[in-house]
Amino acid sequence: MTELQGTELKVIVFQLKDKEYAIPVQQVRSIEKVQHITRVPGTPNFVKGVINLRGVVTPIIDLRTRFGLEEATISENTRVIIIAFDEIEVGFIVDAANDVVDIPTDSIEPAPEVVDATQVDYINGVAKIGKRLLILLNLEKVLNNRELQAAK
Amino acid sequence: MDMSQYLEVFIDESKEHLQTINEQLLELEKNPEDVTIVNEIFRSAHTLKGMSATMGFEDLANLTHQMENVLDAIRNHKIQVTPDILDVVFRAVDDLEAMVISIAEGGDGKHDVTEVVQQLKLIEQGKAPIAAEPASKPSPSSQLYTQTYGEFEYNVLQQSKEQGFTSYEIYIKLRSDCLLKAARVFMVFETLEQVGEIIKSNPPAEQLEQEQFDQEFIVTVISKENKEDLYKQIMKVSEIEEVIVTPLDLEKIGMELQQAEAAFTQVEEKSEKTEKQEKEEKASTARQTVAGNKTIRVNIERLDSLMNLFEELVIDRGRLEQISRELNHPELQETVERMSRISGDLQNIILNMRMVPVETVFNRFPRMVRQLARDLGKKVNLEIIGAETELDRTVIDEIGDPLVHLLRNAIDHGIETPDVRRAKGKPEEGTVRLKAYHSGNHVFIEIEDDGAGINREKVLKKAISKGIISEQNAANLTDKQVYELIFSSGFSTADKISDVSGRGVGLDVVKNTIESLGGSVTIDSYEGVGSVFSIQLPLTLSIISVMLVEIQNEKYAIPLSSIIETAMVKKEDILHAHNQKVIDFRGKVVPLLFLKDIFEVPVHKEEGDFLSVVIVRKGEKMAGLVVDSFIGQQEIVLKSLGNYLTNVFAISGATILGDGQVALIIDCNALIK
Repeated sequence: MTELQGTELKVIVFQLKDKEYAIPVQQVRSIEKVQHITRVPGTPNFVKGVINLRGVVTPIIDLRTRFGLEEATISENTRVIIIAFDEIEVGFIVDAANDVVDIPTDSIEPAPEVVDATQVDYINGVAKIGKRLLILLNLEKVLNNRELQAAK
Repeated sequence: MDMSQYLEVFIDESKEHLQTINEQLLELEKNPEDVTIVNEIFRSAHTLKGMSATMGFEDLANLTHQMENVLDAIRNHKIQVTPDILDVVFRAVDDLEAMVISIAEGGDGKHDVTEVVQQLKLIEQGKAPIAAEPASKPSPSSQLYTQTYGEFEYNVLQQSKEQGFTSYEIYIKLRSDCLLKAARVFMVFETLEQVGEIIKSNPPAEQLEQEQFDQEFIVTVISKENKEDLYKQIMKVSEIEEVIVTPLDLEKIGMELQQAEAAFTQVEEKSEKTEKQEKEEKASTARQTVAGNKTIRVNIERLDSLMNLFEELVIDRGRLEQISRELNHPELQETVERMSRISGDLQNIILNMRMVPVETVFNRFPRMVRQLARDLGKKVNLEIIGAETELDRTVIDEIGDPLVHLLRNAIDHGIETPDVRRAKGKPEEGTVRLKAYHSGNHVFIEIEDDGAGINREKVLKKAISKGIISEQNAANLTDKQVYELIFSSGFSTADKISDVSGRGVGLDVVKNTIESLGGSVTIDSYEGVGSVFSIQLPLTLSIISVMLVEIQNEKYAIPLSSIIETAMVKKEDILHAHNQKVIDFRGKVVPLLFLKDIFEVPVHKEEGDFLSVVIVRKGEKMAGLVVDSFIGQQEIVLKSLGNYLTNVFAISGATILGDGQVALIIDCNALIK
């Protein structure tokens, strides 16, 4: 990663509704198909529950609900992206995940003010690759436990 | 030479030796005249010195050496054992411990030991340790080593004098960069043997040959040569820094010998009384050594990975059992049953392997109690019962701090000062009894003191002033409920805050830790007589038995340890009391908790006329958990929900069922208020 600094950033691209989002590959453990989720009572609505990920109990977050979008039915394309960040391991439910892209770091711009205000918080920046616009997620904010704390 | 492969063994063994020294020093304080104890300490200290010198930890070796000198003086009755002397020795042991820990953590084991070494030297010279003046020059190194002579050697020296020989004590110091110390020693010895005869050396010849010394040693020789010639001859051996030849004063040795003998007979008289006791002790240590030979050291990480692998196996076992039930194939069923039995045995063995005697936690308490009692000016006798009781390592790791807290509490708040105790007609010395024992699937640890007990009024006043309870409620509480109050957060009954228990953490932390381990803590107390804090702990935390239940389409696990029994209740039998549904269960009114409401379970099917109820308890309180159906009893592997979902209400963890799905484990303690 160090030798790539200032040149390119390798990211996993996934879809939510009509937008494309990106997470650096280093933070992604694996991409899974949706399996049986056990609901955990007393948690915020975006926490769908926990799954058995090869013997490890892993919480699952529905990113659509997290970002205030309407829930979608699970389809053939629906994926769970398992991410590891700061000792936390969780899975994100996304509409589809099928791309790995190298983003030149100089093409990353800060989040534009016009983007929907509720989302700005979770965004590190946007990258324009050709006609595509990739939104880089700030995992720390997405995983911020504020809502979890409030639910207790 | 690469020592890293021995480092782990060195650290383990050093810790063991330090522990022995600690224990024996405490023993010595009780029986200052007992030479066998001093010998025991000496042996441990000596091994420690040898090991650390070999491993190249010089500070460690130096300090141990100095301590050894003091112990030697005690052994030879040159100095009397006093608490002040022991304080310094204990400090030395503390420093040694700090050094070993530093080595264990990858440090170099260096530590400033000059002050303690200085004090030890003073003791050795028969002065009071407190008189440590920084200005006082370290005594000339020649006095560092002194030879002591027994009766036999004295006779030899006496005879040789009559035959015209002169006795010399020769102090030899090798250069610090000397590489082949043993070779130089050998050359010195050979030189001396050409001109006379070697009577004795300190350290003994075998140790010198094995290079178990720093740079200096002393030999006693008889020779017809004069002082100067001897000096010149020895200096011919290369790599020798210093040689001091002193003629021996035989009369002085004779005097010392007589004194020592007199002291010895005194001790003998005293020890006769305790001989019987000693014999018993010896017998028990002998038994321990026999048992010790049959154990091997295994890295804890290996045991952990064995446990993890076995957990996977337990999950697969559950799955196999389920498949074989569904297929209903007799041969498959038989094989699976056999496998289940064997893996059950295996599970017992693996769990037993991870069992550690509570001794590993208890053995640091005597030191702590001694220090604490001295700091507070109280007299406390700590009795430890059942130190051999075994607990899972996961529990052992967590239980240390709560116990320290409760012991501090017992000594600080429980045991009174000697004059108060005398006024009350109690013996001056208070007793704190630490007792561990097995019962069923649990381990109990009790901390009992014969101190002041808990003052109900004082606790109530405090609780009301802190706003923990209201005045109206206070009058209705039973004694037990009042005692429970001291576990509330923000509570401290000491009139003044001492640095002992008033460290900002209250007993609520103790209660929380123990409950998070799946245990409970209760108090019994009689004012003026004493208190008992009783802790109940599960044997293991990794595999537990549960009752699987179904609520609508969801499966939950209820730990068997909380369940009293299950019951089917007719809907008409439900009673109402203050908006709370209750049932009459064997003459007791038990509140009903509808889990599907508490857990907001999505409803798919209607309930029938009968309710399935699991009666659970927390301490003396009971509750009925209403579920849809019972699935059955199962051994499950406890898994955490991870770092993201922490503190989910009434859920203590999760487990993976035979079909690969996750089931949540219900925390009954959180459900019963």
